[in-house]
Amino acid sequence: MSESTGPLKKTPLHEVEKELGGKMVDFGGWELPVQFSGILDEHDAVRTKAGVFDVSHMGEVTVKGSQALELLQRATCNDVAKLEDGRAHYNGLLYPNGGFVDDILIYRMAHDDYFVVVNAANTGKDFDWLKQASSGMDVEVKNESANYAQLAIQGPEAERVLQTMTDTPLAPIKYYRFAQGIVDGAPAILSRTGYTGEDGFEIYVAPGAAPRILKKLVDAGVKPCGLGARDTLRLEAKMALYGNDIDQTTTPIEADLGWIVKLEKGEFAGRDVLAREKEEGPRRKLVGFEMVDRGIARHGYPIVEGGQEIGVVTSGSHSPTLKKAIGLAYLPLDKSAQGTEFTVLIRGKEARARVIPTPFYKRAK
Amino acid sequence: MSTPEDNRYAKSHEYVHLEGEIGTIGITDYAQKELGDVVFVELPQVGSELEAADELGSIESVKAVSELFSPVSGVVVEINEALAENPALVNTDPYGDGWMIRVRVSDATEVDELMSAEEYDEYLEKESGH
Repeated sequence: MSESTGPLKKTPLHEVEKELGGKMVDFGGWELPVQFSGILDEHDAVRTKAGVFDVSHMGEVTVKGSQALELLQRATCNDVAKLEDGRAHYNGLLYPNGGFVDDILIYRMAHDDYFVVVNAANTGKDFDWLKQASSGMDVEVKNESANYAQLAIQGPEAERVLQTMTDTPLAPIKYYRFAQGIVDGAPAILSRTGYTGEDGFEIYVAPGAAPRILKKLVDAGVKPCGLGARDTLRLEAKMALYGNDIDQTTTPIEADLGWIVKLEKGEFAGRDVLAREKEEGPRRKLVGFEMVDRGIARHGYPIVEGGQEIGVVTSGSHSPTLKKAIGLAYLPLDKSAQGTEFTVLIRGKEARARVIPTPFYKRAK
Repeated sequence: MSTPEDNRYAKSHEYVHLEGEIGTIGITDYAQKELGDVVFVELPQVGSELEAADELGSIESVKAVSELFSPVSGVVVEINEALAENPALVNTDPYGDGWMIRVRVSDATEVDELMSAEEYDEYLEKESGH
């Protein structure tokens, strides 16, 4: 998380969120709601009905030009050439040492036109990284973050409610596909993606249109949700959080994201490191765990063995759906097998935890 | 929820309700709102001796953990077993069923030194005023 000294940035939804009773906090320099009705209530709404999140702080970078694909192929580990128009994928923007600059979504608008969605706190860094990498190439990299608000409508009823606000047929938009259409009169990108482990959509609209859309969604019964529920939902679905579970010191292989590493696509930043890790196994691995003893192991708590620190918890919370304490942690590869028990220090006190399969929660299809 | 007048309040947002020499300790309505949904409360064992300002346990909400401090000195005579099954009582009824521990208060003057309801309300206003 970057330290911010200036005034907090506000999304276009800030006023509406305050009206809706949002409890605002500083999140990486942005003033955003951590909760409205309560984390458990909001979490439950997304798992059983529908909730809406303001994710306008996320950054949007466009990459256009005859060498746009080439640039993205070199800078990321997933195979961008596999995308078709109207499809998106999860990807890693990597340093040459294999560590994450950021984890991102890439949308293919056309063969020479890509829409890259990045983490808020990383927007400047990602933009600079891509801009620098594009030097001498026929590519235009633009930071368009100020021109988009983003709303995530998530939950089993998301499609039904959103469909009442758009003529674009939503049912044909499969997971990780998108369409361009009109939502409540405003041009929008409608994408069946999300960060909750639930069905749902993320929509990108002009900042001016977002408050009206949010109000209509809430009037239609969609529950406004904050960062707190977003974190518990994504953790249950084992979706990585940059700055917690992944960062510049962790590779996609260590983070158990081998499925986004496509060595066969050719040369890219970090490929040598990732090829070696795929071959020999990484030094450590991100695993899911549940607490055996009471307590919650949270971000940064050390994992110890014989007086030595052998790992660290990267995310940890009470799981509202499973009603137990869960988390993610880096463990040495030989201690990362399912069922392995380990000791975590919870504010200096030893507590036992156990490696379990992930995702912790998978929705019934 | 108005701040009950028959309690005394600590700056760390615990309250004590004194009846005879038994003080019932919990956290204030303000504190439970700040914490959000409480999912786990770690309490001391019956018989533990506490000094005023000692950490008496911890309270985990979904999003964070906070330490609990004893506003007074004394011996723990009872803990609220109901919180193990239903920690949300701290949110729904902080001054009633959401109490945490009862102590035999060893020095009643410590109770007097805590804030009254009115003083605590003023303190909260100052805390939240920018």
